[in-house]
Amino acid sequence: MRAEGYTKRRQPLGDWEIEIETYQLGDVFYCTINNVDPGARFARAEGSTREEAESKALEKAERYLKQTRRFTTS
Amino acid sequence: MADVLVTTDWVAQHAKDANVRIVEVDVDTTAYDQGHVPGAAGWNWTTELCDTLVRDIIPLKKLEELLGKSGVDNTTTIVLYGDNNNWFAAWAFWQLKMYGHKDVRIMDGGRKKWLAESRELSTDKPTFLAKTYKASAPDVSLRAFLPDVQQASAQKKAALVDVRSPAEFTGEILAPPGLPETCQRGGHIPGAKSIPWGKNCNDDGTFKSVDELKKLYADQGVNGDGPVIAYCRIGERSSLTWFVLKHLLGFQNVKNYDGSWTEWGNLVGAPVEKP
Repeated sequence: MRAEGYTKRRQPLGDWEIEIETYQLGDVFYCTINNVDPGARFARAEGSTREEAESKALEKAERYLKQTRRFTTS
Repeated sequence: MADVLVTTDWVAQHAKDANVRIVEVDVDTTAYDQGHVPGAAGWNWTTELCDTLVRDIIPLKKLEELLGKSGVDNTTTIVLYGDNNNWFAAWAFWQLKMYGHKDVRIMDGGRKKWLAESRELSTDKPTFLAKTYKASAPDVSLRAFLPDVQQASAQKKAALVDVRSPAEFTGEILAPPGLPETCQRGGHIPGAKSIPWGKNCNDDGTFKSVDELKKLYADQGVNGDGPVIAYCRIGERSSLTWFVLKHLLGFQNVKNYDGSWTEWGNLVGAPVEKP
């Protein structure tokens, strides 16, 4: 078995930049979402299609990112 | 390439060698379960590489048991790789070096590169003929504890390298976006320099060249002349920077402060600098 159709792309989600990695293993598509900075994976999902896996992972990512607070630094 | 780094090609060729053990190290072994390098053991950072009662590295006996059941003895070449760009693999490397394992290496580029190259994966969980492992007492010269860091900050006795993102360094955020906040205060340890871990790596996750790495740190005044302490939030990203400084650049006196910001940023009365 090999990862097929591996793709990686960056896009904004809310106020944050994320990186979306998607690939297929056997009949299952896997999607993981990392924050671009510092690069930690914080959401993942699987599905029977690429779109389903990404949609589920993005939904989780959006929910988690809403809990990240920004503080003033001055 | 330094003898502590191997390529994905090398792993593909040597994964089944009798004296080589490939190990995937993840913070969450779901990734391992999906598919891993054929023949690789899977170690869970949270439950197998940390003491699950006291916040500490894994105790010596537990490490011996883990290695023994992974079919590793003191002469085995251990090759580590993992998710999150090898952060937790680097933690395992640091810990194995503390316990005196001689031949431990990291697969350059980690799990991400293996997947991107569409290399073979397996969901089989291998069983290994158990071996006897004898660890050395931990070499604490590789580890910084809170008093070391307090002294380094107050007396400027060591270069403090904060490897978190700039937004964590300034205190704009308390944890990487999307992850739970695990500290009470944001900012950084007074005197620390911000050199995010990601600057060590190329886009494909491999490490930059030694010349590029030397320049990265020299530009911040970190050149190996004196002691260096690296820290992040929980000590895994700083393990990667520790690996770079100690094993790719050959700096003699480098410690990983695994207490990191989850210790300092929760400590009553600790001085904090921001931005």
